[in-house]
Amino acid sequence: MTVAFTINGKAASVDAAADTPLLWVVREHLKLTGTKFGCGSGLCGACTVHVDGKAVRSCQTGLKDVAGKKVTTIEGLSPDSSHPLQKAWIAEQVPQCGYCQSGQIMAAAELLAKTKKPSRAQIVEHMDGNICRCGTYPRIVRAIQRAAREA
Amino acid sequence: MNKHIKPASLEVSRRSFFKGASGLTFAFAMSGTLLGRVSEAFAADGAMLNAYVTIGHDNTITIQCPGSEMGQGVMTALPLIVAEELDADWSKVKVEFAPGNPKVYGGQHKMFPGAQLTLASVSVPAYWVPLRTAGAQARKVLLDNVAEHWKVPVAELTTDKSKVIHKKSKRSISYGDVAKFAKVPAELPKIAEADLKKRENYKLIGRKNIGRIDVPSKVNGTAKFGIDVQVPGMVYASLLHAPMDGVKVESSNIDDVKKIKGVTHVLALPFGVAVVADTVEASQAGRNALKVKWDTSGAKAAPFDSEKAKEEYARKAKDPNAEAMEAFKTGDADKALAGAAKTLEAAYWSEHTYHAQMEPMNAVARVENGQVDIWVGTQVQSLASAVVANVLKTTPDKVKIHLQLLGGGFGRRIWPDAPVQAAVLANIVKKPVKLMLTREDDIAAARPRPMTHHVMKAGLDGSNNLVSWHHRVVAENVDAVAAPPRFAATKGRDYIGWVGMSQDFYNIPNLKADAIREQRGMRVHAWRGIGAGYNKFVSESFLDEVAVAKGIDPVEYRLELTKNHPRAQAVIKAVAEMSNWKRKRKDRALGIAFSDYHDTLTAGVAEVSLNKETGKIKVHNYWIAIDGGLIIQPDNVNAQLESAIVYALSGALSEELTMKDGAIQQSNFNDYHVMRMSDMPQIHMKVIVTDNPPTGMGEVGIPTVAPAIGNAVATLTGKRLRHLPMSAERVKKALA
Repeated sequence: MTVAFTINGKAASVDAAADTPLLWVVREHLKLTGTKFGCGSGLCGACTVHVDGKAVRSCQTGLKDVAGKKVTTIEGLSPDSSHPLQKAWIAEQVPQCGYCQSGQIMAAAELLAKTKKPSRAQIVEHMDGNICRCGTYPRIVRAIQRAAREA
Repeated sequence: MNKHIKPASLEVSRRSFFKGASGLTFAFAMSGTLLGRVSEAFAADGAMLNAYVTIGHDNTITIQCPGSEMGQGVMTALPLIVAEELDADWSKVKVEFAPGNPKVYGGQHKMFPGAQLTLASVSVPAYWVPLRTAGAQARKVLLDNVAEHWKVPVAELTTDKSKVIHKKSKRSISYGDVAKFAKVPAELPKIAEADLKKRENYKLIGRKNIGRIDVPSKVNGTAKFGIDVQVPGMVYASLLHAPMDGVKVESSNIDDVKKIKGVTHVLALPFGVAVVADTVEASQAGRNALKVKWDTSGAKAAPFDSEKAKEEYARKAKDPNAEAMEAFKTGDADKALAGAAKTLEAAYWSEHTYHAQMEPMNAVARVENGQVDIWVGTQVQSLASAVVANVLKTTPDKVKIHLQLLGGGFGRRIWPDAPVQAAVLANIVKKPVKLMLTREDDIAAARPRPMTHHVMKAGLDGSNNLVSWHHRVVAENVDAVAAPPRFAATKGRDYIGWVGMSQDFYNIPNLKADAIREQRGMRVHAWRGIGAGYNKFVSESFLDEVAVAKGIDPVEYRLELTKNHPRAQAVIKAVAEMSNWKRKRKDRALGIAFSDYHDTLTAGVAEVSLNKETGKIKVHNYWIAIDGGLIIQPDNVNAQLESAIVYALSGALSEELTMKDGAIQQSNFNDYHVMRMSDMPQIHMKVIVTDNPPTGMGEVGIPTVAPAIGNAVATLTGKRLRHLPMSAERVKKALA
């Protein structure tokens, strides 16, 4: 089936099976490869994108579920890496291998959109679904705190 | 044939840069002697480079990075070393990955002379001399050219931020402008140690505010990993990975899967059943629909059950007739033990662990007109090209590796199984193939750290001095599987598996370490920290058992044992001070461990509490002190320590693969538990900077973590934990 939706502010139309995971639609059909495949089961958060402003696991979201909706990926978070989280991520030198970081940033962006000044406990609770195997957790916390401070 | 491919930004930038042919290229042989310079013509025709430094007319300095970037910061640290000696303007430096060509880009590490590989924390020490030499040589050529051009003595010239300066005549010229007229001599100037910069003159090395080159691309989705590569005309492949080596398909529904829309091939191969399709979703759907019964009659691992095997491991460890290979020896440990006034003995275990790198194994391969192209993130390019060439019955020069960023390595991306699998598939279907393993298949394909069993014996004399130490390990020999040439050359030693058994920094008069080899057909491999991960858990825990028997404080005891090694003492003292070792905590306790790892020294202290109901250990604080000599990038060293501590904590407390009938039982992050943010302790680091040459940083944070935790729990509860991981279930059992 052909599904029309908005991705990073632009109209998109993708022809694929209705239950095709949004992850593959974004990565392989639309070639927006910043969103990563980590587990395929909603366990690691590497594939996190926003659908109508809500963070979702794109590996658990079917193409049919985004019909008419607004999808935002890491590429669309800001036009020029100017989102406070992106700036803070650089200032705190968060990424190591970097593979999980798109998902981390998209998860954190949802948190800051809801909670302007999250406590450390709120940060940990919100981010606990996102695995970073390089162990950048201390820097992620610092970067979110910085972004909240400087936004 | 697809002639114009744009696999990755790095590749594109290299091509377009050299198409401009506007530059000066310096080539250096990296085996210590200069082989000669490469003809400048290669810059024009875009052939494979074998140079480190290229200076563009626009003042851009392009530096080839000989290592693979997997998050450890090598693509910044190595070019920074070149740039320091070159006196380059760092803001104008561009970095490219050097091709896999050890003859040109090999390092000088004592363990791997001449090799080009990214593992074992050897990158900075391996390239410390070669890259400074390369930078200094390039600078000298620029100076000589300007001296001749301006007719001034070369001794009157200085350099700063990509400029040659003649103070006397108040003239300066940018490196880019020098490149426009410079001639590279047929024989490049020789650089001696004395010609290199003195440490006090460093402008880049050791600076805290130099960020990593790859970080900006990792916050906006532009960083390209192997899994992100797309080439024209490619198809997708997934793989139901063989549960162990040596299996065949006994029965399956392959014919049904072939009918799935978009699926073009379903292929039973030695490494599993591959599903090739026009779209990624069809290849995944095909893989998920596959039902395969494996014939394991030819699989060596088939009888292996990691739980049941423990009885045999334990029996073998005690068997006086078991064939034990001597690993390390000082004095006569057996005799000293026989004559000891008091002896201690304890048995320890560790389970298989999985790398769980976030990017599942993948590769893109194209086989066309006798040429093989592979796009992949690998830790050893030349190993990938050699193994692919062997499998496709061609020669390594016909296999081009297009190196991508690695979404985690930790040792998993040493062995090139994914490039081989993708190349085999591309060769069969006659189209470029993008192979992506699911997480489930990545686990099925795991090359884990081995399960190990240890028997420790210590002897104290009448004055309570430690006079005998015996560490016996029973495990698969990792070198035999992961590094067969070294295994053969050393007549069966296990470098990877035995690291951490030799106790080089402890003054123990009689020491014996030996190994009994298990051969269970497991695909064991190097896992971050290699043998030190379990051997230090065992030896540093047992050392605390000895300290308790002696009635001496564990910090005091380690200081006594390291009395001949002031650098070792310094890290122990530092971590004791940082953690306020003597201060008693309510409901919490501290534990210490010391370790060396490939010439870097470290000590760690864990502060833990314990939920006696659940058995769950909580690590509240972790203090670590290290001495790695000179520090290239201080902030990145901190990042590597944090990273290794998290990795080791995860391994110490929760990670465990189990095998039944030769197959791994875990399938995803729901049953293979890795550490999450809520489990994080506060990490406190002290990096002791010394004048010694820089040593490796990527793994040294690993070995102290598990024993420091175990030692803290022993202090807190009086119960000794002797089995990794120290999972809640095991802790509960130990406390019962």
